[in-house]
Amino acid sequence: MENHNEPLYLYPVWIRLWHILNALFCLTLIITGLSIQFSNPTIIVKFRAAVAVHNVAGVLLSINYLIFFLGNLFTKNGAYYVIEVRGFFTRLKSQFHHYTIGVFKNENAPFPVTMESKFNPLQQFSYVAIMYAVLPLVILSGIGLLYPEITVHSLIGISGLDYTDLLHLLCGFIVTIFMCIHIYFCTFGKTTLSNFKSIINGYH
Amino acid sequence: MIYRANVRPAWVVLVLLLCFAIAFALAKSSDSSSSGKKAETQEYPEKVNLAKFKNSETNELCLKCHGQSKYAYENAETKKVVHKRMYSELIIKRDEFYVSNHKGFKCTDCHSEDYTTFPHSGNLRMESKANCLDCHGGDDKYAKFQFEKIDSNFMASVHSQKHSQDFTCWMCHNPHTYKINARTNENLKETIIYDNLICLSCHSDITKYELLTNKQKPNILVKHEWLPNQASHFTNVRCIECHAQNKDTLIVAHQIVPKSLAVKKCESCHAKNSILYASLFKYQVQENIKKQGWFKGLFLSETATIGPDQNNTLNIISLVLFGFTILIILIHAVIRIQKSH
Ligand code: HEM
Repeated sequence: MENHNEPLYLYPVWIRLWHILNALFCLTLIITGLSIQFSNPTIIVKFRAAVAVHNVAGVLLSINYLIFFLGNLFTKNGAYYVIEVRGFFTRLKSQFHHYTIGVFKNENAPFPVTMESKFNPLQQFSYVAIMYAVLPLVILSGIGLLYPEITVHSLIGISGLDYTDLLHLLCGFIVTIFMCIHIYFCTFGKTTLSNFKSIINGYH
Repeated sequence: MIYRANVRPAWVVLVLLLCFAIAFALAKSSDSSSSGKKAETQEYPEKVNLAKFKNSETNELCLKCHGQSKYAYENAETKKVVHKRMYSELIIKRDEFYVSNHKGFKCTDCHSEDYTTFPHSGNLRMESKANCLDCHGGDDKYAKFQFEKIDSNFMASVHSQKHSQDFTCWMCHNPHTYKINARTNENLKETIIYDNLICLSCHSDITKYELLTNKQKPNILVKHEWLPNQASHFTNVRCIECHAQNKDTLIVAHQIVPKSLAVKKCESCHAKNSILYASLFKYQVQENIKKQGWFKGLFLSETATIGPDQNNTLNIISLVLFGFTILIILIHAVIRIQKSH
């Protein structure tokens, strides 16, 4: 689908390292999170284990997030996350059109991967939303639940923990949905597996 | 309008985080200052004027000695004044007695008249003491407290079944200090802590515990280790919510069940039909609705703290949305594969 020939070095080592760890922690958190949410604590050992693993994985994910955050603050990879507001909606629409209709007609991707822009508009939007809105909120609300005594005690009469819990569940759910869509969209490379190879060896 | 927003989102997040941290710090400091004020204004009935209490004059004759940690009397033979220590169990704390429910009674309403002489006769040790039902049983005035039902529940509880006759009402409800709480106190937290301290008066105090049993006292903190956020649970939930059979009424939770029957499932509380709504919380919500109207009473009361997803709707919605996502992905994939052939 893409029309460049020599491979582009798009994923520096630190982003690959961050990404693989992030994926592993997310998977762990989703699995343990679900088993906590739908727990049956009569099997208390398993429940406690799930809580412990969830807590540890959450802390590790937060530390790992710092790699992503600092890396994209200070290296040139961060430029890929700058959304150009002008015409962004139009570009989103044409990318959406490509995914819903274009791919079935074997049309070329409207925004081929280049060294200047490695994400198509939908990728860019979803990555920014996940990495700069949802993950920070998951981390913050997670800290609030880990240390319930620091959480604001009540806001208009409802325990602060309720909001925190709700936010944590909501964001966790969004990450889960994102992951499913993300992995599926990663099959849209030159071949089904080529993007997965890229995020491991760095070359697109 | 043409403009380029070329700010890296990481900077935006950094600025937002900073704002959040400042707001959080401000909220925390106002939180702690307001709770500080509350503690100051709480009335402390230490220096109250005793004369205003009914029978206080007669009762002071007893409290002269029993109201403090030492007492004095004149030895009839040596004519010397002797100072002695009062056994701690025999000390009646004035500040607690005069705010308790029984504050209007004379000591001799329940204790023998013979106590009015000193030294007290040794035979008085054999005096049988009244318990709750002796006064409160079969009295219409107290019908709403359902003392008879409390008694039969107590008889079925482990406290009664597993211990000797020595386990009486007084083990938990000290007649000299007992103060009705849930019905009069709007502060749910205070009621919860008051009630839990009753349980802890034995279950965290080996000397009192040993009076009733030869078993080794279990360590409550260790026993409840499985419970996440132990401290939050201990200060926000009454022990009896999980350890007593709750029969959908406010007061009658006296049937303490064996530990094998104690509630251990999170969803017993954090779900639809939470057991917490069977008694204290239900009562508080009803009271709040009466006082503050339907909306505020139901949604904005402190009782709305046992989990945001009371009726499982969020779980169901999220499962449906998740299924939908997977379905769309599958359909998309199938069409893609078909078209590429
Ligand atoms: C097993 C799970 C995952 C797999 C197989 C996977 C796969 C991939 C692949 C193939 C790419 C390269 C294509 C591209 O640049 O768009 C990629 C990039 C990316 N993924 Fe994932 N991913 C997974 C989980 C996640 C999770 C959980 C997150 C975030 C919560 C995430 C966030 C990202 C981001 C932000 C990029 C772009 C990185 C950059 O180049 O700056 N991924 N992923």
